[in-house]
Amino acid sequence: MLLEVKNLKAEVAGVQILKGVDLTVRAGEVHAIMGINGSGKSTFSKVLAGHPDYTVTGGTALFEGKNLFDLEPEERARAGLFMAFQYPVEIPGVSNSALLRLAYNTLQNERGLEELDPLEFDDLVQEKIKVVEMDPSFLSRSVNEGFSGGEKKRNEILQMAVLEPKLAILDETDSGLDIDALRIVANGVNSLLTADNAVVMVTHYQRLLNYIVPDYVHVMDGGRIVRTGGKELALELEARGYDWLRAAA
Amino acid sequence: MSAALQNLVNQPYKHGFVTDIETESVAKGLSEDVIRLISKKKNEPEWLLEFRLSAYRHWLTMEEPAWANVSYPKIDFQDIIYFSQPKPKKQLASMDEVDPELRRTFEKLGVPLHEQKLMTGVAVDVIFDSVSVTTTYKAKLAEIGIIFCSFSEAVHEHPELVKQYLGSVVPSSDNFYAALNSAVFTDGSFCFIPKGVKCPMDLSTYFRINTEGSGQFERTLIVAEESASVCYLEGCTAPQFDTNQLHAAVVELIALDNADIKYSTVQNWYAGDENGKGGIFNFVTKRGLCKGVNSKISWTQVETGSAITWKYPSCVLLGDNSTGEFYSVALTNHLQQADTGTKMIHVGKNTRSKIIAKGISAGRSNNSYRGLVKIGSRATGARNYSQCDSMLLGDRCVANTFPTIDVQNTTATIEHEASTSKIGEDQMFFFAQRGIDSEEAISMIINGFCKDVFVHLPMEFAVEATKLLGLKLEGSVG
Repeated sequence: MLLEVKNLKAEVAGVQILKGVDLTVRAGEVHAIMGINGSGKSTFSKVLAGHPDYTVTGGTALFEGKNLFDLEPEERARAGLFMAFQYPVEIPGVSNSALLRLAYNTLQNERGLEELDPLEFDDLVQEKIKVVEMDPSFLSRSVNEGFSGGEKKRNEILQMAVLEPKLAILDETDSGLDIDALRIVANGVNSLLTADNAVVMVTHYQRLLNYIVPDYVHVMDGGRIVRTGGKELALELEARGYDWLRAAA
Repeated sequence: MSAALQNLVNQPYKHGFVTDIETESVAKGLSEDVIRLISKKKNEPEWLLEFRLSAYRHWLTMEEPAWANVSYPKIDFQDIIYFSQPKPKKQLASMDEVDPELRRTFEKLGVPLHEQKLMTGVAVDVIFDSVSVTTTYKAKLAEIGIIFCSFSEAVHEHPELVKQYLGSVVPSSDNFYAALNSAVFTDGSFCFIPKGVKCPMDLSTYFRINTEGSGQFERTLIVAEESASVCYLEGCTAPQFDTNQLHAAVVELIALDNADIKYSTVQNWYAGDENGKGGIFNFVTKRGLCKGVNSKISWTQVETGSAITWKYPSCVLLGDNSTGEFYSVALTNHLQQADTGTKMIHVGKNTRSKIIAKGISAGRSNNSYRGLVKIGSRATGARNYSQCDSMLLGDRCVANTFPTIDVQNTTATIEHEASTSKIGEDQMFFFAQRGIDSEEAISMIINGFCKDVFVHLPMEFAVEATKLLGLKLEGSVG
């Protein structure tokens, strides 16, 4: 079992957002979490990653059997939990390759492996960058500075490609992408999927799921997962909207 | 701000060290007699005594400046010892006798071993013996006509040059602290690059020991004749502790036709503890005169220490087509206060200046950029580009920008950009989510922020400065 969340409750600024979320993710699976704005799906990903604004008030989350909430955010990352950000931050003056190399070598240290020097790392990253069809010049540019929305999202997937996480949570990675960028991002994610890792996509829209086909679709509403189904559930949502589910719940 | 970030920036400064220098001093206080005594002890010529006395007489008529955005208890100028000759430091047999914490600091900063020894008073080995290194390089430099020596030595060996240039850029009546320095300066450096000579090495890297004991009222004079060029490095990244609380240095640079002077500083004086107790008050006057056509003076500074910094390295662009540059990083933490910036005075035609100033404030510190760009009426075609960026760590520090632009010639082109940013929770969370701990994250963000300045530092200085900023914010050694 990669991730096992039970009855998770969390609040931000004193307001309870998550009101008992259950989710189980096994290696090799692709999950999609859908829902309207304010349903708690972005909060759910941030809570798992350990964003300091959110306070867990109940429930449990095990990551490969370890209590996730015993780990600092950076320890969760080093354990193999990755989150692609909805709004990637800009880091002026810090080159993309320097950031990637620091993050990569931090993981190497964690695993007791040799750090890569800049030349060795460059060989590695030149291969990875093909995954997201980015020009190598992006490596020497400052992290996300002056990047278009689509380039920022591709950059997140590049980081995922370099770090090879066990579980990647894509927080609305499809929002703001045009159709070409969406295809590139989706192809990138698909090429990284193996039997040993898993992806959880948080999204509003069905269209991403045409490219990255989920094994499970969960619908979140009012801070709970109110329905789980196969990929056909997403199509049903696309056709009927969310209201019929809300009424049912 | 997260608790982790708060803890990081509030860790105590652990790098200060006290050197036990026995001193030969005159009594406290300042008077004409004290100045005569200083001059006599240094065996100075009459004209220099006169220079000191006239500075002193002018100083008596001046008011301590109050316009800077800093506050500190009133300084009692009669409670200061104006002359003390340091006796040699106690010699230690090896680095093993040096405080291990200090050694770790040196290691973290990457200070070369022989310099560590020089700074801690360890007996140095044959290869790096300070005297022989100094002598070897001095001889080499002398072959091509470069004079590089202590200020006192220059007064005796090259009086005509000192007399010609001393006070020609910063007159003794220039400001309160410059006047005080002119009256009581004890020593410093003198550097003269003759016509057509490009100094083959960065000056002062191997001469850090030269400035020992001349810290309080230091005087530096650098002259580059026609088509000469020189890079000068001042200070070091290693922490510097001094029992003298008041520092008032004066640095004068003169560039003749087609000459080029690059002056780099890394300042890490003791800044006081996190409650603002102790720490150096640093009131410095630095000015360069681009006297000749096509001359260029470039200041690069990394200011990380001192309780109070009051410092505006400036350029007077007198020669046509001359260029002035100012690249600065000023970091303040705890209760440090910095009011620093530059003045670019355009007098000649087609003069150009560039200002890149980066201020980083953490803790409860107060960091101000103050700048003046002045385009004189004759400065046809003058250009200036200024960029002032501030970064805040936490929510209890302050950053200010006080730019002044005074244009008296309509053909001038002036650009000014400013930004304020904050190391936000989102940036820190992003780094954490990529597995990077908060100390490394802050270090990376800060160094990215300062990149435009660090590229102008000499390579080895840049590497040290990068580590220094991380250290100043981490507050822990190893």
